[in-house]
Amino acid sequence: MLDKIGIAKRIAKEVQDGYYVNLGIGIPTLVANYVRDDIEVEFQSENGVLGMGPFPFDGEEDADIINAGKQTITTLPGASFFDSAMSFAMIRGQHVDLTILGAMEVSENGDIANWKIPGKMVKGMGGAMDLVASAENIIVAMMHTNKRGESKILKQCSLPLTGVGCVKKIVTNLAVLEVTDKGFKLLERAPGVSVEEIENATEGTLIIEGDIPEMSL
Amino acid sequence: MINKKVNSVNDATKGISDNMTFMLGGFGLSGIPENAIAALVKSNIKGLTCISNNAGVDDFGLGLLLHQKQIKKMVSSYVGENDEFERQMLSGELDVELIPQGTLAERCRAAQAGFPAIFTPAGYGTEVAEGKETREFDGKMYVLEHAFKADFAFVKAWKGDAAGNLVFKGTARNFNPCMAGAAKITVAEVEELVPVGELDPNQIHIPGIFVQRIFQGEKYEKRIEQRTVRTKE
Repeated sequence: MLDKIGIAKRIAKEVQDGYYVNLGIGIPTLVANYVRDDIEVEFQSENGVLGMGPFPFDGEEDADIINAGKQTITTLPGASFFDSAMSFAMIRGQHVDLTILGAMEVSENGDIANWKIPGKMVKGMGGAMDLVASAENIIVAMMHTNKRGESKILKQCSLPLTGVGCVKKIVTNLAVLEVTDKGFKLLERAPGVSVEEIENATEGTLIIEGDIPEMSL
Repeated sequence: MINKKVNSVNDATKGISDNMTFMLGGFGLSGIPENAIAALVKSNIKGLTCISNNAGVDDFGLGLLLHQKQIKKMVSSYVGENDEFERQMLSGELDVELIPQGTLAERCRAAQAGFPAIFTPAGYGTEVAEGKETREFDGKMYVLEHAFKADFAFVKAWKGDAAGNLVFKGTARNFNPCMAGAAKITVAEVEELVPVGELDPNQIHIPGIFVQRIFQGEKYEKRIEQRTVRTKE
């Protein structure tokens, strides 16, 4: 079974040379730490920066240079700043190659829910609805089940949706799944996790074809 | 040169009154019009509708207006980090319209650019699109979203001049350029008001035509919400 860092490491392998990538808050933010260093990738943050670098050194933080999680950041050579309309022009206009974000629920037709739990949590969708409605290539980083052990990989989402039919790939603590016309196709197992364990943790239709390889990190 | 300079935040906010709709720039606490917000708090006008990506934190930014119950309605994309906001929303005292961040930016920009509405794919199939017109273009579904209508836009820039030209710094730019010129009156506050002619015309982010009043803010706290650092090895 993977921890959050393991999920980030596995997703990092999906990032290819020349990609512009938008990372959501939480596990997705960690992905930046594990991207191969022999490829060129630029990270976009929807509050208006392309070419994000690591956190600043202590004492060098600047209130005017933050990411979408409101964390202080730095920029790398070649970086640029821009306004919110232009930022979402990059996103909506499909100039960003890969979007990685978290989810509370995903359904087998690719719907995603990650912005609201009625009566409990109402923080807002931020840029998530724009990102999922527009991106060609969306990878969801999430835990396979909730704290009560219930599946978050569902036939149908129960929470208010963020987007419909948009998720293509999911990396969880248990597996890598691809969303297909017929359901979730199991691509890889997490180290030490059996196909049966994944089946038991998946409420949606799970397609298992042949031997399922264990993922390498 | 048409002079937009006013001498104080009080002159800059002249004409504000109860039940108006305001746009306020900023992302989190970065690039918020701190001095205009302080003046709004002092004015104690009420029944406000505020269009702003976030709602500040409990003791800073728009949180200060919420604390005094001056805001009737918030139009935002993300409102975490504010307990008083959550309390007022759950008790029904505060009306909240949550909309996608890109839609928020584009509804400002549409108002600025003279478009009555725009079509966006964001929110299609979700509760955000409920009751709204949808249309298919080239096999994909889009939602019709209207331009905002606001009485004042309060924006904050790094540098500006009396002509109203603005230059922003870093990610403090965010919604500010989209809101400039998107309301009946745009009030720009800057950290530094420089002599006209000093800003390079090639480097202006927002031309003065979008700004009606400009002033240099008395002070800027520029609070950091999430201070994340690494240590030197």
